[in-house]
Amino acid sequence: MTQATLAQFKGCGAEGEGSREVRPIFLPIYFALGIAFGFVLTRSEVLSWFRIQEMFRFQSFRMYGIIGSAVVTAAISLAFIKRLGLKSASGEVIAIAPKPLGSGIQYAAGGTIFGLGWALTGACPGPLFALIGNGISVMLVAVVSALAGTWLYGWLRPRLPH
Amino acid sequence: MTSWLAKEWPWYVAGPLIGLFVPALLLLGNKVFGISGSLSHLCAAIAPAKLEYFRYDWRRAGLWNLVFLAGVCGGGYLAAHFGGVQGIAISAETRSALARLGIHDFSGVAPHELFTWHALLTVRGFVSIVVGGFLVGFGTAYAAGCTSGHAISGLANFQLPSLIAVLGFFAGGLAATYFILPFVIGGL
Repeated sequence: MTQATLAQFKGCGAEGEGSREVRPIFLPIYFALGIAFGFVLTRSEVLSWFRIQEMFRFQSFRMYGIIGSAVVTAAISLAFIKRLGLKSASGEVIAIAPKPLGSGIQYAAGGTIFGLGWALTGACPGPLFALIGNGISVMLVAVVSALAGTWLYGWLRPRLPH
Repeated sequence: MTSWLAKEWPWYVAGPLIGLFVPALLLLGNKVFGISGSLSHLCAAIAPAKLEYFRYDWRRAGLWNLVFLAGVCGGGYLAAHFGGVQGIAISAETRSALARLGIHDFSGVAPHELFTWHALLTVRGFVSIVVGGFLVGFGTAYAAGCTSGHAISGLANFQLPSLIAVLGFFAGGLAATYFILPFVIGGL
């Protein structure tokens, strides 16, 4: 198979993914990073329905502090990476493909729909999986349901405003 | 010495650590930190159904993301078995607000009244798990990102679409918290 380009991923569920396949030798590192992330999600308690409720009721600074300091840390790191023109270990020039704004409806509507789900399940996609690891096995059902939701979007996509 | 590994971390430790996943993934493989894309990779792998949205090489595009996600599951397991989580110390106001809705068990990561196999058969459990999960899957696909992709990666990269999405996250979350949850948990 020829090298897939970003254009080939346009308009599908993989839009925004890098153009190159990850070499198998790197996969264990992604797995290790995933383990670290699952650990952080648990210790930071952002996977907790209770913490999400506390956030949406504005009764603690905690979640805002976490998200805010995460964004600041990521923004500073990104600025450094861009300034230094760093390459990734896989040999690519680091660049984030910007998301097309369009009418903006997809972000407003999709974001609101996700927000409803975030408050109801008390979990966004990462925490859903970390919760399964935490032993809340019924979250498997939530994951299957989330897959059904994503699938329905894929089916409805041509008829939805973007 | 390792006791800090087994306890809740303060926000100023947890937040920067989460933020560091953005440069880590970029430096490793030029990958943008985001979780919800994996849901469409799984759909593309399991049931593409000839839909254009799922017509791509999911291994090439997203194998790394799925491997990362398997790790997230493992990390949750590790954290739960290394110290565990002894109840979430939420604020007293939240506790009493939730108690008024009928949540009385504060011993777990998520309330046992809503997130058990038994609760799945109740209306409030079904709405929390199945309806909530469905909206998470549909909404993140429609918005092309979730908390990690938009709220963290996107905002850190100063992208307007991500700001719109995050405002949507909060609009939806507040609506569910104040107008839906009282009926779902309290009323039925």
